[in-house]
Amino acid sequence: MTTVDVPITSRKDWMSDQEVRWCPGCGDYSILSAVQLMMPDLGVRRENTVFVSGIGCAARFPYYMNTYGMHGIHGRAAAIATGLAVARPDLDVWVISGDGDALSIGGNHLIHALRRNINLTILMFNNQIYGLTKGQYSPTSEVGKVTKSTPFGSVDTPFNPISLALGAEATFVARTHDMDRNHMIETFKRAHDHKGASFVEVYQNCNVFNDGAFAAVTAKENRSDNLIPLQHGEPIRFGANNDKGVAPDAQGHFQVVNVADVGEDALVVHDESRDSAAHAFALSRLARGPHEPTPVGVFRAVERDHYGALVGDQILDAQAKRGSGDLAALLRSGASWTVE
Amino acid sequence: MTDTASKDVTELDHVVIRFAGDSGDGMQLTGDRFTSASALFGNDLSTLPDFPAEIRAPAGTLAGVSAFQVNISDHDILTPGDFPTVLVAMNPAALRANLVDVPRGGTVIVNSDSFEERNLNKAGYATNPLVDGTLDGFDVYEVPMTSLTVEATKELGVKPRDAERSKNCFALGIVSWMYTRPLEATTAWIETKFAKSPLVMQSNLAAFRAGYNFGETAELFASSYEIKPTMFDPGDYTNVSGNTALAWGLIAASQLARLPLFLGSYPITPASDILHELSKHKNFGVRTMQAEDEIAGISAAIGAAFGGHLAITTTSGPGVDLKAEAMGLAVSLELPLIIVDIQRGGPSTGLPTKTEQSDLMLAMYGRHGESPMPIVAAKTPSHCFDAAIEAARLALKYRTPVLLLSDGYIANGSEPWRLPDVADLPDIAVDFATEPNHTSDKGEAEFWPYLRDTETLARPWAVPGTPGLEHRIGGLEKEDGTGNVNYDGVNHERMTRLRAAKVAGIVKDIPGVEVDDDGARDLLVVGWGSTYGSIGAAVRRVRARGMKASHAHVMHLFPFPSDLGEVLRRYKRVLVPEMNMGQLSRLLRAEFLVDAQSLTKIQGAPFKASEIEAAMLALLDNPSPEVS
Ligand code: SF4
Repeated sequence: MTTVDVPITSRKDWMSDQEVRWCPGCGDYSILSAVQLMMPDLGVRRENTVFVSGIGCAARFPYYMNTYGMHGIHGRAAAIATGLAVARPDLDVWVISGDGDALSIGGNHLIHALRRNINLTILMFNNQIYGLTKGQYSPTSEVGKVTKSTPFGSVDTPFNPISLALGAEATFVARTHDMDRNHMIETFKRAHDHKGASFVEVYQNCNVFNDGAFAAVTAKENRSDNLIPLQHGEPIRFGANNDKGVAPDAQGHFQVVNVADVGEDALVVHDESRDSAAHAFALSRLARGPHEPTPVGVFRAVERDHYGALVGDQILDAQAKRGSGDLAALLRSGASWTVE
Repeated sequence: MTDTASKDVTELDHVVIRFAGDSGDGMQLTGDRFTSASALFGNDLSTLPDFPAEIRAPAGTLAGVSAFQVNISDHDILTPGDFPTVLVAMNPAALRANLVDVPRGGTVIVNSDSFEERNLNKAGYATNPLVDGTLDGFDVYEVPMTSLTVEATKELGVKPRDAERSKNCFALGIVSWMYTRPLEATTAWIETKFAKSPLVMQSNLAAFRAGYNFGETAELFASSYEIKPTMFDPGDYTNVSGNTALAWGLIAASQLARLPLFLGSYPITPASDILHELSKHKNFGVRTMQAEDEIAGISAAIGAAFGGHLAITTTSGPGVDLKAEAMGLAVSLELPLIIVDIQRGGPSTGLPTKTEQSDLMLAMYGRHGESPMPIVAAKTPSHCFDAAIEAARLALKYRTPVLLLSDGYIANGSEPWRLPDVADLPDIAVDFATEPNHTSDKGEAEFWPYLRDTETLARPWAVPGTPGLEHRIGGLEKEDGTGNVNYDGVNHERMTRLRAAKVAGIVKDIPGVEVDDDGARDLLVVGWGSTYGSIGAAVRRVRARGMKASHAHVMHLFPFPSDLGEVLRRYKRVLVPEMNMGQLSRLLRAEFLVDAQSLTKIQGAPFKASEIEAAMLALLDNPSPEVS
């Protein structure tokens, strides 16, 4: 195979000519520009890149990317993208989804795409609300949330998307937020480069229906106290003076501690590559919601053969053993006879 | 057949045999084996498997009875036969469930060992039908098959309980002797099938031979029968079921289109065999994906279609319900896609293993919005092959989802099929777009994904990986030409009409309706799908009575062939037999304003030719079935 250099592109090359139509101030804008800014650095071609989405505010994303794209139907983005990625392993397939799209109507497809380890980069914009249908609570809304459909407060326990993805055997799980472009770019790049399914939860502010849902952790002034950056191989520390950290309690559950109280050696050293998802899962349970110290970054990144590659291998194997198909022989593969 | 020389051999032109037993007795396998041996012998044949939805319903009960009917003949036949003339009943329940269908004078072969009190009770017989007169007027053969099988396999060291399992092979042996089937094919098949468990193989072989020899030597049977090979046209033949033919048709379509095949499917009766068959043939570049649900099956197929594959999803009625939204998406995206519906009895879970044709209206209208979709229906097991290629041709050429309808009857039924010469199959390849197709106001080359071919109205198919043609498509309404999102009402009407016109325009590209016309104008019987055989056989019978009738069979149900209205209006009477409540007849009435008379049957079983014949005679003002 000859390698042809990927042409040098700029952000503009990745922007479509369509007017972006999210509400002014919506967090989706900063995610879109992070992605458009990142694309030239990925070393990929526009024609080999496909963005697939379902329905919801986030799902308009593909229209704004000057790549191939499909705006599908509600909840099915992961399933549509699965077919495309399995049929065309040569493509870079991205899924853009929201908390309603991916976790409610499309929950089944998300978990199966993750367990099959389809070669997809899934960005789930979590705004903890239904935006496009004008403000109903979502599967990530906190208990007690008052919305049009829950005037007395929601009574459902929300999903923790990171825990869910880990439970679904995901090989790459990360979290980032719309207020930090560099962190988004860094996380999306890692997700893109991962072979297999990568799942990124992006905290995204819906300033119209759920403004400030993540401010307690993502606002500039709160980040040092409430965002816990995960660095592979490093003790987990945060705080304005790096004075806080994560350490196991007597039962082995992870908890936030003062480094001064426990000593540096007691801190958990982050290891995203562990075969067992238990470490990542424990980290995902650290915060009960985006109002207390919350880890961001890559929770888990492990290698496992991906479905599309395995399917491709089976085809090559079958062709090597039986030769590529001969239709006339296929028709005669049962008991056949000749009438003279 | 020198080994049958000691007894008379009587020649028959055809025989209809039904094997019936418990679901666990292996009746489908027995029937299938007898069918294959007959096919190899050179008979024309048609089969009707009939089994319960439960995998192993309680043994010995009526609910657990599984049956397989085969019609073998020395001339060309169209149906598995209205009534079995020979019934092989492995237990009282099988006798009770099936005797009603056997005309007096018919042959009944029973496994007499199973007619003991417990089994009689389970079947609901108060007294033993072998002695209480129930079987008066039938030609009854009581054979202690279980004990003879145990006896025959004793020397092999098989435990009696295991040996009993071979009793279906004993039954197969008897019937093979009775109808002078050659032994070799079945023997070879048993040897291959059970190669992994030599004891089971030997026990089945011993039982099969013992059954055969029993027929030959026991005083019971006075004569065996011979059904001469059918005079088939020269060529290579195989015996094929509808689902296998359909799977092969899809593989053929992928080869003829020079596109890899992608199947997204969720297991469902009676469609799963297509998934199984396609999964075997990865060396053809076939990708099959057993999806997490029906919706994922079609969604993945849509993704693969976007990627330039020949994309297919297979299911049955309940699955079509679930796929409806995604089918609408495919209409809007204008991508090639085949949705295969192997119809079964509905509504809801309905009769999963029984046949019905009740999804025609679903196929025609079962989506929100104006979402027209071509419909192709297969009429016989082997025709599933051609229908699959035709569905693919239309899908690819017109960039549209196409519904391919079959049903449980032809899906599981089989018939001999003269294999086509691969070189004669149509080339259905289409071109992907590779170049921009429009120039902007600024003079720049652009790609407009909805700029249509002026003749077919198909939009260009530009697959990811093609530089310069990057574009976005989706389920929102699109601006004519550019494909950009557009909510303008006038544009929406234009797009709605364009999508409709594209599908309607297929009429120019399909043959006229197939008519078997005998020149008279009294009666036309119109059918679609699997009623082909029953209608054809009924028409033959009516003609044999010296009367006139014609048969039109509609393969393209949307759009209808251009001459269909004219054909219908040629005849004084139009009769439409359907295994539903009259769906095609309603469409014909609405479309062509003809007085189409409906004949319906919703019993999970195909029409008997005699049922259609009776309705035809009534319309021909000749109510007496005695006249000939
Ligand atoms: S409703 Fe909320 S999520 Fe949707 S575009 Fe507006 S601000 Fe963004």
